[in-house]
Amino acid sequence: MNAGKKPCLSGRGVTKEFGFGRNKTVAVDGVDFDFYEGEIISIVGESGSGKTTLAKMLLGLINATEGDIFFQGKKRNIGSHRKKKEYWKSIQAIFQDPFSSYNTFNKIDSVLLDCIRMRGGGRLPREKKIELMTEACSFVNLKFEELTNKYPFELSGGQQQRLMIARIFLLKPQILLADEPTSMIDACSRTTILDTLMQLRDEIGMTPIFITHDIGLAYYVSDTVYIMERGKFVESGTADQVILNPKKPYTQRLINDVPKIYEEWDLSTV
Amino acid sequence: MKHTIRQVFRSGKFVVGFSIFMGILLIVTFYPLIIRDAPLKIIGQGTFFAPGIYVNVYDSMGSPHYTILLDDAAAKRIADKLDDDDRQAIKEWLVAAGISEDAIEIENTESLLDLWVNNFDPTTRIPGMTNADRNYYIRLNTALDGLLSTEGAIVASVNPETGALEEKGVIRQTDYVNVNQVPNVRVLPLGTDNFGRDVLTELVQATAVSLRIGIVAGLIATFIGLVLGLVSGYIGGLVDDVIMFITNLFIVIPSFVLLILISFSIGQEQRGAFTIAVVIGFTSWVWTARAVRSQVISLRNRDHVNLSKLSGHSIAHIIAFDILPYIASYVVMALILQISSGILAEAGLSILGLGPRTTDVPTLGLMMNWAMIYQAHILGKWWAYFPVIIVIALIAFSMNLMNTGLDQVFNPALRD
Repeated sequence: MNAGKKPCLSGRGVTKEFGFGRNKTVAVDGVDFDFYEGEIISIVGESGSGKTTLAKMLLGLINATEGDIFFQGKKRNIGSHRKKKEYWKSIQAIFQDPFSSYNTFNKIDSVLLDCIRMRGGGRLPREKKIELMTEACSFVNLKFEELTNKYPFELSGGQQQRLMIARIFLLKPQILLADEPTSMIDACSRTTILDTLMQLRDEIGMTPIFITHDIGLAYYVSDTVYIMERGKFVESGTADQVILNPKKPYTQRLINDVPKIYEEWDLSTV
Repeated sequence: MKHTIRQVFRSGKFVVGFSIFMGILLIVTFYPLIIRDAPLKIIGQGTFFAPGIYVNVYDSMGSPHYTILLDDAAAKRIADKLDDDDRQAIKEWLVAAGISEDAIEIENTESLLDLWVNNFDPTTRIPGMTNADRNYYIRLNTALDGLLSTEGAIVASVNPETGALEEKGVIRQTDYVNVNQVPNVRVLPLGTDNFGRDVLTELVQATAVSLRIGIVAGLIATFIGLVLGLVSGYIGGLVDDVIMFITNLFIVIPSFVLLILISFSIGQEQRGAFTIAVVIGFTSWVWTARAVRSQVISLRNRDHVNLSKLSGHSIAHIIAFDILPYIASYVVMALILQISSGILAEAGLSILGLGPRTTDVPTLGLMMNWAMIYQAHILGKWWAYFPVIIVIALIAFSMNLMNTGLDQVFNPALRD
């Protein structure tokens, strides 16, 4: 099914352990994966299954205990700060909790200006920078004139998360790791955020990787779904394969946990 | 920022502590502008003059004299001269002479003297009384007679040519001078110390020097602790291990012992106030380093730090802008505590005789040291050490109050 597509991010035996001896916890247990360019990927699992740890390893924020991560076919090398910076030009993230994602001492302008600088636009004239920021904000339905000189905590959760997408719009990475991008936001804003993300994907041609506990969301957005249980991928395939014909009881349980609006809940199984 | 400052000043504890501290600072700043004496100038010949107003006797003879008639003046004069032992002796004589014990009021000077003047007769033989005792009573009677006289005293000076005494004037017992008209009056609110120096002037200067020592020591300790804590907490790994090893070494060796050893090895002559401050600073950074490290470790995995990394910022930038502002309030509180403990450490060192050398400036610890060496506490000369203790206590108290107030503002869980 993936013939002719290039893997942009692959892993072989990626493992992360925390602690020593009796306190040792294996958060990610030797996973193999190939994420192909242009696909929308979801990693689904319950809390504590190692999704976020895997995401941090993919981002290069923490090092894997064992195993290799390949970026665009080559073994990833992010030893020095310069190489890391180069790597982060092609892979970016949206975090789960917008309220703790921003430095409360920095204004919104500086969040966006950092992105322009990252793309090498640090020496652009001020008008050009404002133009870029305005464009990014209007893409996510925010008004830059209203945001300038404000602090991120003065915005609502949905607005903060949209600002995060505006960041991505400015950075134009090849891969976007979205770690539960909608779990801290009210249900109404959820679809808006997801739609904006999809629109952004079409615009700049990136590969989004969703990390979520919500299998409904995974089915709604993704092409390929990976199911993660206790640090391992237990099932993977296209969204239709995995969700319509789950092979593992774990997957079935995840599917059953999604509340359905039109059906009556069977409280006896809860 | 503005909001935080307003909140800080709404905290009662902080305001009280801040006012006390500011009061001390104001006194320390403005007192030397008003009283321009050198703090270590020896003005009194003798040790431990009691607090009070000192009027020049020579000048008071030349000042205009006013006659004021007061009924109890004589009684007061005698009461001042009669000490408790004399009163007891008078009572014993009167009882032996056959006066009923109930009629004698030892505290009532007037009635006691009346009884004495009416009944005393040097020729009366009291059984069992030695000659020495009899002579004592005769001397006492003469002294009281002199006090009771209304003659006044003649002031005379020596004529340089003839060598004869010439009368300059008579000072009567009803003569008064107005203190404001005497040219030389010195108020010593806290008396003088063992060297005859004005304690208040010395104390103000000592407070200023001690505060300076505390601030320098606190700044050095906080700076070292902050830098080591930030580096070891954020970078982690081997760097963390090495720094924590050094820190733990410093914790195991009590810093005061270290302070004593360093201070001793520097030698008396090299120990200026600034040197002592630096030594205190270099031995007391340990707890700040540990506390900052643990705060940084909890901060370094927060999402905003990750976002800053993803925005391509360097480690220095992240530490300075994404970690430091979050622990700034904590560092300010640590600084306040370090200043107050620096002042206490200086006092402790000086009491042991390992403080700054004694020739340039007084410090609170040195004043305690002097008072102790010259046994002010045994002699009951409270003014030599008690004000110093009060000042040390006030400084520590105000700083701890400020610290608690800040803590309550920055840590809402502690608000009452």
